[in-house]
Amino acid sequence: MEGNGEELTAQETALYDRQIRVWGADAQRRLSKAHVLVYGMKGTIAEFCKNIVLAGVGSLTLIDDRIASEEALSSNFLIPPDHNVYAGNTLAHLCCDSLKDFNPMVRVSVQNGDLSSFDVEFFNNFDVVVVSSCSLPAKKLVNEKCRKVSKRVAFYTVDCRDSCGEIFVDLQDYKYSKKKLEETIECHLQYPSFEEASSVPWKELPRKTSKLYFAMRVIEKFEEAEGRGAGEVSIADLPGVLKLKREICAEQSLNESHVPDTLLERLVTSTLEFPPVCAIIGGILGQEVIKAISGKGDPLKNFFFFDAFDGKGIIENISNSNA
Amino acid sequence: MASSHPHSSEAIRGAKVLMVGAGGIGCELLKTLALSGFRDIHIIDMDTIEVSNLNRQFLFRQSHVGQSKAKVARDAVLKFRPHINIKPYHANVKDPEFDVDFFKQFNVVLNGLDNLDARRHVNRLCLAANVPLVESGTTGFLGQVTVHVKGKTECYECQPKPAPKTYPVCTITSTPSKFVHCIVWAKDLLFAKLFGDKNQDNDLNVRSSDAASSSENVEDVFVRRNDEDIEQYGRKIFDHVFGYNIELALSNEETWKNRNRPKPIYSKDVLSDELAKLNGNIDKNCAFDDEFSVSAMASLGMKNPQDIWSLKENSRIFLEALRLFFTQRGKDVGNLTFDKDDQLAVEFVTAAANIRAASFGIPLYSLFEAKGIAGNIVHAVATTNAVIAGLIVIETIKVLQNDIESYRMTYCLEHPSRKMLLMPVEPFEPNKSCYVCSETPLTLEINTKRSKLKDFVEKIVKAKLGMNLPLIMNSSNLLYEADAEDDMVAIYAANLEKVLAELPSPVTGGTMLRVEDMHQEFGCNVNIKHREEFDEEKEPDGMVLSGWTKHVSAPENKDKPAANNGASTSEASVPAAESDEVTIVSPSKKRKLTDDSGIPNAPAGEARNHQDELQVIDDEDDLVMLEGSMEGFKKRKLS
Repeated sequence: MEGNGEELTAQETALYDRQIRVWGADAQRRLSKAHVLVYGMKGTIAEFCKNIVLAGVGSLTLIDDRIASEEALSSNFLIPPDHNVYAGNTLAHLCCDSLKDFNPMVRVSVQNGDLSSFDVEFFNNFDVVVVSSCSLPAKKLVNEKCRKVSKRVAFYTVDCRDSCGEIFVDLQDYKYSKKKLEETIECHLQYPSFEEASSVPWKELPRKTSKLYFAMRVIEKFEEAEGRGAGEVSIADLPGVLKLKREICAEQSLNESHVPDTLLERLVTSTLEFPPVCAIIGGILGQEVIKAISGKGDPLKNFFFFDAFDGKGIIENISNSNA
Repeated sequence: MASSHPHSSEAIRGAKVLMVGAGGIGCELLKTLALSGFRDIHIIDMDTIEVSNLNRQFLFRQSHVGQSKAKVARDAVLKFRPHINIKPYHANVKDPEFDVDFFKQFNVVLNGLDNLDARRHVNRLCLAANVPLVESGTTGFLGQVTVHVKGKTECYECQPKPAPKTYPVCTITSTPSKFVHCIVWAKDLLFAKLFGDKNQDNDLNVRSSDAASSSENVEDVFVRRNDEDIEQYGRKIFDHVFGYNIELALSNEETWKNRNRPKPIYSKDVLSDELAKLNGNIDKNCAFDDEFSVSAMASLGMKNPQDIWSLKENSRIFLEALRLFFTQRGKDVGNLTFDKDDQLAVEFVTAAANIRAASFGIPLYSLFEAKGIAGNIVHAVATTNAVIAGLIVIETIKVLQNDIESYRMTYCLEHPSRKMLLMPVEPFEPNKSCYVCSETPLTLEINTKRSKLKDFVEKIVKAKLGMNLPLIMNSSNLLYEADAEDDMVAIYAANLEKVLAELPSPVTGGTMLRVEDMHQEFGCNVNIKHREEFDEEKEPDGMVLSGWTKHVSAPENKDKPAANNGASTSEASVPAAESDEVTIVSPSKKRKLTDDSGIPNAPAGEARNHQDELQVIDDEDDLVMLEGSMEGFKKRKLS
């Protein structure tokens, strides 16, 4: 991607002054031409949307037909808590109204419909697709559709449970430039899809792989097996989750201590997002999307985990190549 | 934490917190605090909203420009959390109303500040009031959060903070080698001379070629005669500073032995007479809405601030900007100080710096870049601030739960270090030789027979010790008090003008001075050591403070510890968040770290003074000890 020589307007230069000093005018131009799609308007996505609308992407499209409930307000600052305002409205519409306000130079709109129903052609309209609170089959389906589009569509999933968060990144075949010492060098990364990454045998992963990676996969599998939506678990499900964990660990020949019961317990106990973690995960994700659009700087490959308990924000590379 | 800790929500709901700063970090923090269930938040910020804030301070809109940050932030957050108490103060945290008693009402204080001075002030008040402080900072993609609890962890000032970068006077006046030197010259000397207070000292040569020979009755070429044509005056200034003064410098052969000789630039060589006339014509059709929209670029039809202008374009901007100052903003001339938000001032300084750079064979810069350097603009993005705000709230909850074992300092990195982008580190114990949170005296080398009390107050007590309302005692005798009773004002004023050794209670080698700030409820002792001579270049203050600050006050050391130790990192790399303090952020200079994680990619020098062992928290890996060299300061685990 090359900037096509169009200049930023005086208005853009004034508004984006401080960030142009970070990533340069050509990155800012690329941002202003990028189209981003998000699904799952909860706290983490609200944070992410705020970040990229402020950064000045070209357009942002929101999908989430769920009707607003009191629970949806808990960590989402985009929805006014007035029952008269939110009652009967979809999450996407409510968030859209707030986001439009943040930056008049960004087109924010709503796409109605079920995420899984959109075809490959639909995803061709976007450069970046981010999904959250999405069931395992839906995640894989959207990821595959993005991969079938002739141009490269960057795909991300993001989820926060309790005080933990996870980001997955698929940039497919990704070339970018970075500064090393005084020169700019070209780099090339090959990403696996979510399906490919999650089928890497656990025993082949490095011993110190984040425990959250395993725990998130167990819960995802549990929700899929039970036919639940993402996050539709409670403490009552703990025995079932622990049973599934033992089965998977046996099947994958992984010592059970890599998936602590206490961690699983935390993840199923609270279905609400923890706002500080939404801010952290939404911030890191925003930064990654900006990197991917501008083609500048090392992108995450391919998982990121944060746990407020130990305070670490860790990158894991889960792909066949590192086996 | 979160809902799995049933008591945490109780601690949050009952907490009364003070936020200092409603800017980049502040907006994010206020939002995250409100969402997390905090119900009683007080917020102090003296600033009003500017356009360049809007890309990250998301609680503010275009329509809010000019209004109080604290008040607008409150109103914005109440829209999504209407039933909580947010009390805004549009005021300076250093105002006397925010005294120790004010601080005592809070369970914790959260800093989202943009300057070292205010950070130190809040640190002292938190120590005096015994209220925990969560401190934070960001620049670009880098950030950090630290926890300061009196007696448990180090205070904000336990590690010396680097002083703003300064340049030797002769580099600026005679031998610039970098663009930044030209900017400093254009801003602090030329701009100040032409448009600032005429009574200020200025190192610019003002003698014209005619007057150079006579030492008496020197005519200042910068003074515009009443009847002098503005075009002519502009060219006279141009020729004097870029032509004559360079010729004068060239005549000193010694200077240029090992340097490239600059080339004098005269307006007639760059601009034909025709062009100069054209300038004037364009302008007459150009109307400006208000004084801050007056622009030489607009008047000359130049639009893109990212363009690098040619020498000719710079010269036209220079003359046009100078002309506009006198014709459109005549009432400002004589009391202007450089302001990065003053378009005409930025244009003038950019052009002047570029012409000087051309003369010295230094590459030219665009207005956009020059503005960043001249205005000490710190890079800032929304995402880093959001991440840092999340980390602040996590630490705040631990502080409210008194969960000392879990306190962490956390770095937000640009490049992963040991797979980590967010790296938690155990906090340090208080530094026993810290003059702020321990009682360790400082030592001052000074010429007691030559230096005045005034010099000590300005250069040490205010600039180095960060006191606002100081009081100085020699044993039981008061020498000076900023906030004095009426009958003492004259006596203290007289003392300020006295040489130390000649004060009513003489200060000589061996004297122990007591210095206190009543507002900060903070004091320290200074041992005086008499010394005759100081190196003008290396010790421009004519005095050297040591003890706690020894690394800081030794500028000749500045690059050594950092450059020779690739494996070191620093927890003092507070990337002076959105800071006005970082004098110059060198765009190309990047410090090297073990794994390029970028911690000290902070303003050159932020990290340089402080190298200790840094222990990375890890429950299963071997601890990584990054080597350090700071004496007398060993990391120990908190107990």
